[in-house]
Amino acid sequence: MMSTIDTPHALPPSEALAAGKPAPDFRLPSTPDKFATLSEFRGHPVILAFYPADWSPVCSDQMALYNEVLPEFERFQASLLGISVDGVWSHQAFAKNRKLHFPLLADFEPKGAVARAYNVYRAHEGMSERSLFVINSEGIIRWSYVSPIGINPGANGILTALESLPQQKVPNS
Amino acid sequence: MTTHATTNLSLPVSKRDHIRGPATALVTLVEYGDYECSYCGAAHLVVEDLQRALGDRLRFVFRNFPLAEIHPHAQVAAEAAEAAGAYGKFWEMHDTLYTHQEALDDAHLTSYAVALGFDPTSLRHDLDAHSYVARVREDFLSGVRSGVNGTPTFFIEGIRYDGTPDFDSLLAILTNEAEEKSR
Repeated sequence: MMSTIDTPHALPPSEALAAGKPAPDFRLPSTPDKFATLSEFRGHPVILAFYPADWSPVCSDQMALYNEVLPEFERFQASLLGISVDGVWSHQAFAKNRKLHFPLLADFEPKGAVARAYNVYRAHEGMSERSLFVINSEGIIRWSYVSPIGINPGANGILTALESLPQQKVPNS
Repeated sequence: MTTHATTNLSLPVSKRDHIRGPATALVTLVEYGDYECSYCGAAHLVVEDLQRALGDRLRFVFRNFPLAEIHPHAQVAAEAAEAAGAYGKFWEMHDTLYTHQEALDDAHLTSYAVALGFDPTSLRHDLDAHSYVARVREDFLSGVRSGVNGTPTFFIEGIRYDGTPDFDSLLAILTNEAEEKSR
């Protein structure tokens, strides 16, 4: 509804890495003294939510929405990771302000390297596309989506993608 | 594999819903809203004006979409409106909450029950026991599955409305829908 970072010469959305491709591994700071590594989530689905910037109104709505939908993601044992080019201190303040209950990763140095690996970096603006990836328990991308940058894509696409994954085996049964 | 988010209402309007306006109305407007969201407060006035302008041609349905972490009173306010619904006072409570968005704490909710003429002890019990949590969550999830991405989100005849939620824009599209239906 709100469009604060759209530019007059916004380019068409990038072609994000598609379903069937292995998800490029990465190691990014999640707090000033901790890192998150994608391959460590192997065995469970992962949702990557790239967004352009902390604090901008659309991103805030999107992250606030995902915060409320987290219990649904957890039913699929899926972990949600937010990623932007903002640094850890901005992420920390943003997460605290919005009471976010999932990690925000800092794709800060080298700037946008992970977004580039997923082909969702807007080099002309120096930030990532607003884009979503659902990665299965083997580390393969099963769904990807690039939203128009000013539009909150909601959570329905993520839930539909999670539902289409083979159900997780319950251990010891 | 890349698909666009669904923008159709995933849960059709039925007798589970709080409905204002006749079942025979030509057009149905559904809102997903949050009692503490200021944009929803503005939308409440717009909806009242639309109902005045369109009369029996419009029926309005309200479903809960509380963003509880950024709006600390949104969840309890939604539960209070549902609790009032059990006394046939849903819309009275709904209007009260939207005209007192800055006063949604427990003491105020209790005073609204008194003012609306139902038992505040019973409201207190329903809120403490979270009697309406499941109902509010059902509303919320039906919104998520319908492509609701913030509040307020409107659906006109089951299709998400992505335009500006002001009176003139909504009146134009609702009037148009009603005219097409009456043809």
